[in-house]
Amino acid sequence: MDTIKEIQHRARAEIADCQELQRLDELRVAYLGKKGEITAQLKALAHLDPGQRKAFGAAVNVARDDLTLAIADRKRVLEAEALEALLMSQRVDVSLPGRGEQRGGLHPVTRAMQRAVDIFSRLGFDVATGPEIEQDYYNFGALNFPEHHPARAMHDTFYFGDGRLLRTHTSPVQIRVMEQQDPPYRIIAPGKVYRSDSDQTHTPMFHQIEGLLVGEGVSMADLKGLLHAFVNAFFERSLAMRFRPSYFPFTEPSAEVDIRWEKGDGAAPGWLEILGCGMVHPNVLRACNVDPERYSGYAFGMGVERIAMLRYGVTDLRHFYENDLQFLRQFH
Amino acid sequence: MKFSANWLKQWVKVDLDADQWAERLTAAGLEVDSVEPVAAAFDNVVVAEIEACNRHPDADKLSVCMVNDGSPERLQIVCGAPNARAGIRVPFARVGARIGADFHIKKARLRGVESAGMLCSARELGLSDDHSGLMELPADAPLGEDFRSWLALDDFSIEIDLTPNRADCLSIRGLARDVAANCAAEFQDRAVPPVAAGSGESLPVHLLAGEDCPRYAARIIRGIDATAKTPLWMTEALRRCGSRSINPVVDITNFVLLELGQPMHAFDLDRLDREIVVRRGRTGEVLQLLNGADVELDESVLAICDGAGPVALAGIMGGAASAVSGTTTNVLLESAWFKPATIMGKARAYGLHTDASHRYERGVDPLGQVRAIERATALMLEICGGVPGPVLLQEDAQWQHVQHPIRLRHDRLNRIVGLDFERQQVEDILTRLGMELTFSDGSWTVKAPAARMDIAIEEDLIEEVARIYGYDRIPEKPPGGQLAVGSAASHAVSTMLMRQSLCAAGYQEAINYSFVDRRMLEAVHQADTALPLANPLSAEMDVMRTTLLPGLLTSLAYNLRRQQTRVRLFEIGLAYIQQDTLHEIPRICGVATGPARPEQWAQPARKLDYFDIRGDVERLVALRGKTKLSFTPFNGSWAHPGASALVAVDSKPIGWCGAVHPAVLKALDIEGEVFAFELDLELLQQRKIPHAGPVSRFPSVRRDIAVWVPKEVSFAEIENVVQGVAADLLQNLVVFDVYHDEILKKGYKSIAIGLILQNVSSTLVDELVDPVIHQAIAALEHRLGAHLRG
Repeated sequence: MDTIKEIQHRARAEIADCQELQRLDELRVAYLGKKGEITAQLKALAHLDPGQRKAFGAAVNVARDDLTLAIADRKRVLEAEALEALLMSQRVDVSLPGRGEQRGGLHPVTRAMQRAVDIFSRLGFDVATGPEIEQDYYNFGALNFPEHHPARAMHDTFYFGDGRLLRTHTSPVQIRVMEQQDPPYRIIAPGKVYRSDSDQTHTPMFHQIEGLLVGEGVSMADLKGLLHAFVNAFFERSLAMRFRPSYFPFTEPSAEVDIRWEKGDGAAPGWLEILGCGMVHPNVLRACNVDPERYSGYAFGMGVERIAMLRYGVTDLRHFYENDLQFLRQFH
Repeated sequence: MKFSANWLKQWVKVDLDADQWAERLTAAGLEVDSVEPVAAAFDNVVVAEIEACNRHPDADKLSVCMVNDGSPERLQIVCGAPNARAGIRVPFARVGARIGADFHIKKARLRGVESAGMLCSARELGLSDDHSGLMELPADAPLGEDFRSWLALDDFSIEIDLTPNRADCLSIRGLARDVAANCAAEFQDRAVPPVAAGSGESLPVHLLAGEDCPRYAARIIRGIDATAKTPLWMTEALRRCGSRSINPVVDITNFVLLELGQPMHAFDLDRLDREIVVRRGRTGEVLQLLNGADVELDESVLAICDGAGPVALAGIMGGAASAVSGTTTNVLLESAWFKPATIMGKARAYGLHTDASHRYERGVDPLGQVRAIERATALMLEICGGVPGPVLLQEDAQWQHVQHPIRLRHDRLNRIVGLDFERQQVEDILTRLGMELTFSDGSWTVKAPAARMDIAIEEDLIEEVARIYGYDRIPEKPPGGQLAVGSAASHAVSTMLMRQSLCAAGYQEAINYSFVDRRMLEAVHQADTALPLANPLSAEMDVMRTTLLPGLLTSLAYNLRRQQTRVRLFEIGLAYIQQDTLHEIPRICGVATGPARPEQWAQPARKLDYFDIRGDVERLVALRGKTKLSFTPFNGSWAHPGASALVAVDSKPIGWCGAVHPAVLKALDIEGEVFAFELDLELLQQRKIPHAGPVSRFPSVRRDIAVWVPKEVSFAEIENVVQGVAADLLQNLVVFDVYHDEILKKGYKSIAIGLILQNVSSTLVDELVDPVIHQAIAALEHRLGAHLRG
């Protein structure tokens, strides 16, 4: 029969050599289990002399503790190895593409329009809408365009032959808002407008954002401040701006607004017109039963395609309405 | 309006370079489109005379000229121009001259003959496109004089894009006034002395439409030479303003039009019958115009008539019969004022647009008629000779244009502009604009010059002050005002959320025109309610769309033709339905074709089908929260009869989804299957504010049932029956298998469903669940002819 030392020595060697968790457990049972060799040694204690018992008992306990530890250590190693092996077996080529739907995207005009709407919303403007098929009165008459006035000729209008027309600007929404509500007004009206003109720089349908702010003591200085704040926010940079006197029948004074724009091709920056604006004409206020002596205000209208082109670097207006996926996918 | 800077400078003391012109005029509201030099860059070109001209010994098309350039020497020049001949004076580029950027004149030998300079055509000097021969100068052109300074060619043609209100700037004189105010320069009005009459003869003028024409000046000039040559200074002035020389009489009226803004007309007096009558046209009257067109008159147009009938369309164009020709010797000059509203739109109605109609529509100076006729008379006598009669000014006192005084309140001016003007500043500006004003009690009473017909109310004056002061000097006030909570309705689904949701589902947003080809609507059988445009741009855009589908199908086809195999597009926009009234209906529409999923290594390719598109619709509707959504077979003629559904929200139909009918695809030349949906936005956008209910703390139980049902029974019917029985316990119902096997069970299909049951107040035990399941099976058997699968 082996001495306890010999058993311990053999067991340690076997534990160290063990390569599998299951085998390790078998070793644990073989040595430390109920019928294990070390357990048997402990049981044998009872048959020893009381004088030997203490020393031998101590030796067996040392061996048992030693092997318990050795098995636990080995188990940790084997478990770690097993986990590592499992993980290695689960390795994938992370460079392969993922599964699922390919995201679509917003139209650049929607994107620019929404951006503008968000900025004006932060400035306290509510969104208003109006019909696209309009009556002459809302598109022209109430906006102080006399019949046959040359100013009408500047709007190439689509008609339906019964007095109705496709609105040529979003300005009719001003009238509809002022008719329906009491001042003060602070609204924007984004939407589609139509002019019968089609060439490299005109599409027969395009988008505008109209703005109207009417209150007590509203001045051109307010208009200038608002538009400059908007333009800087929209383009996320500080842009030089120029207000030029102009003419719209429904505003007086009227202005067109240019921004100083770097084309990015090394050429000197030039002035680019981006919107028209002015102080609401008293005739327009009166047509809507708003007292021009008490209230004053401004209105502005800008082309969404123009600011979308500038912001996203689109060089040909006509791309917007071809709906070519190769073009549209650039704006995801 | 195109004008010459030099001409303007005769009226106002300013000196600006090209960039300054563009900037100053634009800043004053006269938007400059272009500033072009009136001639090419050249130097060392002088007036010279060809004294002798002989054939080149060795070249048929060349001649050898002896040229006098004002110096003692005679120069030999070889020239190829067909009009080269002795006795004419022409521009001559001396040796050493530079023309354009890099053309230098040197001594040369042409076919063996020496040539010391170049005789020039108008095109070579950038004066016109005329390259037919040498530019022939008047016989009195000063020999040896520097050509550039002789014709004052250091000048710009400036094109401005005038807004319709600024009719006053449609002349050199009017522009000068505005530029003077704008540049704080001196306006030098040029007096027009009256030309004394050489006879007492005049033609009677009758104003029968006094409101339309309250002022008409006329003058007879007899014995003119209509074949005289328009002097070079005048053709040059006209050229620089974009006007072509025609004949001296027309050139003179055009010159006066440009200088003073007053349109004029010259009749051949001998072709007029007795008198001039200004009246409305009469139905049935026909007039042949100068351009050869016959126009029919009616009550709406104003006509200039003689004793026999109409001879001119007032304010638009003269008639052919009474036009001045080369044989004309006696003329009647007309210088009239017509009311803008009378002329507005009339030229356009006849398809015409003339310099006269352009000005009359916008408003001509109501007091400028006599000035213009005197100026034209003086020019006529100078160029064509003749003996003038007296100016006959016929007026209708009742309809004279009156410039009413306007009150301008100092505080209102400040309030509208947003800055404090000093009284002196305002008065300076208005005075410079030619206005007369007095000040009392904090406001001015202002009388604008007659030509400023756009100045009618206080705001017009406010604009004038702001404009001349400079819009750019008005301060910018940061946005402010009272805060107010705008609409923030949580019970509305924003279209932005819908857009983003469809983007996540792989759809790309498109925007199509709202007008489409009627045939496209016919292809989808939705043309009946289409509203046609009266003046479409083309047949491809002739009606308003009643559905968004054709536009998206067209875009889909466009992309398929460009090598895209998987196309998913959506659009949000209006459909325009014309019934008793017009309905503008906001819609959301999507189209999809190609594989169900993008091509991928780890998932099998699968064809798109009805259930994909239905899923997209379900997720879209889900944005509005818990919804009773139903899909029932759809009979729209543009949709596949077996694979499309009417979509209803809370039992209200909102649109359809499914496969597009193959016949529609064929009509649009689209191959393969296309699935689509088109839904009204209104209900989709409405949602209720979410409301919290009890959450069960007890576990749920799942029971699966598989039944055979007759093939025509729909899942919706099964669902209805089960819901009716299981009622409140039923938390969810899933379908996990559907198949049919004609051999195993002919005429039947198998549907397997899972019922997830849960109670709010207790754990579900078999004793509670089993009876429910049995009842459900019994109801399915009884009501739908189902039987449980073994």
